[in-house]
Amino acid sequence: MSAPLVAATAVRVLGQLRRDPRTIALVFIVPCVLLALLKYLFDEQPETFDRIGVPLVGLFPLLQMFIVTSVTMLRERTSGTLERLMASPLAKLDLLAGYGAAFALLATVQATIVATFALAALELDTSAPAVAVIALAAANALLGMSLGLLASAFARTEFQAVQFMPAFILPQLLLCGLFVPRDRMLDALEILSGALPATYAYDALETLASDGALGDGGMLDLAVVLGVTTVALVLAASTLKRRTA
Amino acid sequence: MTAAIETDDLHVVRGDRLALRGISLAIQAGRVTGLLGPSGSGKTTLLRAIVGVQVIESGHVRVLGEPAGAAAVRDRLGYTTQARGLYDDLTVSENVRYFAQVFGARADRVADALETVRLTDLADRVVRTLSGGEQARTSLATALVARPAVLVLDEPTVGLDPLLRRDLWATFRTLADEGAALVVSSHVMDEAAYCDDLVLLRDGAILARGAPDELRAQTQTDDLADAFLRLIERDVREGARA
Repeated sequence: MSAPLVAATAVRVLGQLRRDPRTIALVFIVPCVLLALLKYLFDEQPETFDRIGVPLVGLFPLLQMFIVTSVTMLRERTSGTLERLMASPLAKLDLLAGYGAAFALLATVQATIVATFALAALELDTSAPAVAVIALAAANALLGMSLGLLASAFARTEFQAVQFMPAFILPQLLLCGLFVPRDRMLDALEILSGALPATYAYDALETLASDGALGDGGMLDLAVVLGVTTVALVLAASTLKRRTA
Repeated sequence: MTAAIETDDLHVVRGDRLALRGISLAIQAGRVTGLLGPSGSGKTTLLRAIVGVQVIESGHVRVLGEPAGAAAVRDRLGYTTQARGLYDDLTVSENVRYFAQVFGARADRVADALETVRLTDLADRVVRTLSGGEQARTSLATALVARPAVLVLDEPTVGLDPLLRRDLWATFRTLADEGAALVVSSHVMDEAAYCDDLVLLRDGAILARGAPDELRAQTQTDDLADAFLRLIERDVREGARA
């Protein structure tokens, strides 16, 4: 792996996003609007908003980086640039690490904006330190990015890539414990949720929100998130073939 | 003199059909080699095999003495695909700079490359807003920025007006004169006159090859487009008799 090539690729990916200010605005503003909506939806149950606020701030990056990454990589495949890069000296790892650096940066900015908005403007009441929430949000963004890179290998069109979000990410969010605590699920669903990475992403955020610190359980959750991210990246790298039929 | 590119009995299968059926050829440095043939004749597949991104069934491809696609040759080879292969959201110079970095070229080569394709004035324009001809020149700039020894260009002039096509071929000539081996595909037969060597593909096999004058003599016509039509018709007749 070459640090200058990773940096050059990250700058290139961020440059592509920069020319699409509407996407950046959507990435930053939509989570804030949705959180504001929830705040007033639960106007008479402020404890509910306080319970789900921190996990949501940390889960939005997973959702959005999945979509943005899978579409960006799909464009790379369909525009001919990926084929040209595969014929060039660029290592696959340089390309994937460049994507990782670019989207982790974007997600950190997003999480900072959304967390600050939730804490200051929406008066989210939590003992979780903002810096820890932002760090977990960045880790979840990397998870979303690596799953998006992997998913893009199975999409032929941008329509398909976008549909992978409700197909692969939404079920994980439904089962992660945010809507129904896992111990109150049917046994089969509880087992299934234990096999899905978003469950651990949620669990770490939930632990942070209720205890004010990650603790051993939360650290284990974070390790699972980072482990799944690594496995998904390795699988994504294996879908990047120098030679194709 | 060793050839810059050599293929030996190259066979490629795409889907359930044989896309290349035993291609053997040698391409020299310092020359513009035109790869011509109708759509679907296997031009893109052959170029993909040369740059090392095509899975091959059997046979060999060597570029600059190395197996095609080897790490030792990838940094000395420029390649443009028919679909331009540019980042539409980036400017001309951002595209060229990224490819310069990927190939380890010095930063000051970016300006030279833009000068070569006469895009200096459009350096800060976003590629999406450019005309087809400007995009074609940008694509060429990204391929030549690292001064590669081998340039593989897949239909670089497709869809462009005659004036611009002539300019691009003049640029190819300059690069060959500086010592590079150029392989340029086209399905427009009248571009053959710009080439030093010609390879005519039909149905995954080499139908004819040689310098333009040799092909004119062989087919007893001055017009290269006519020459190719005669060669194809002769091939069809012989195929029907066999």
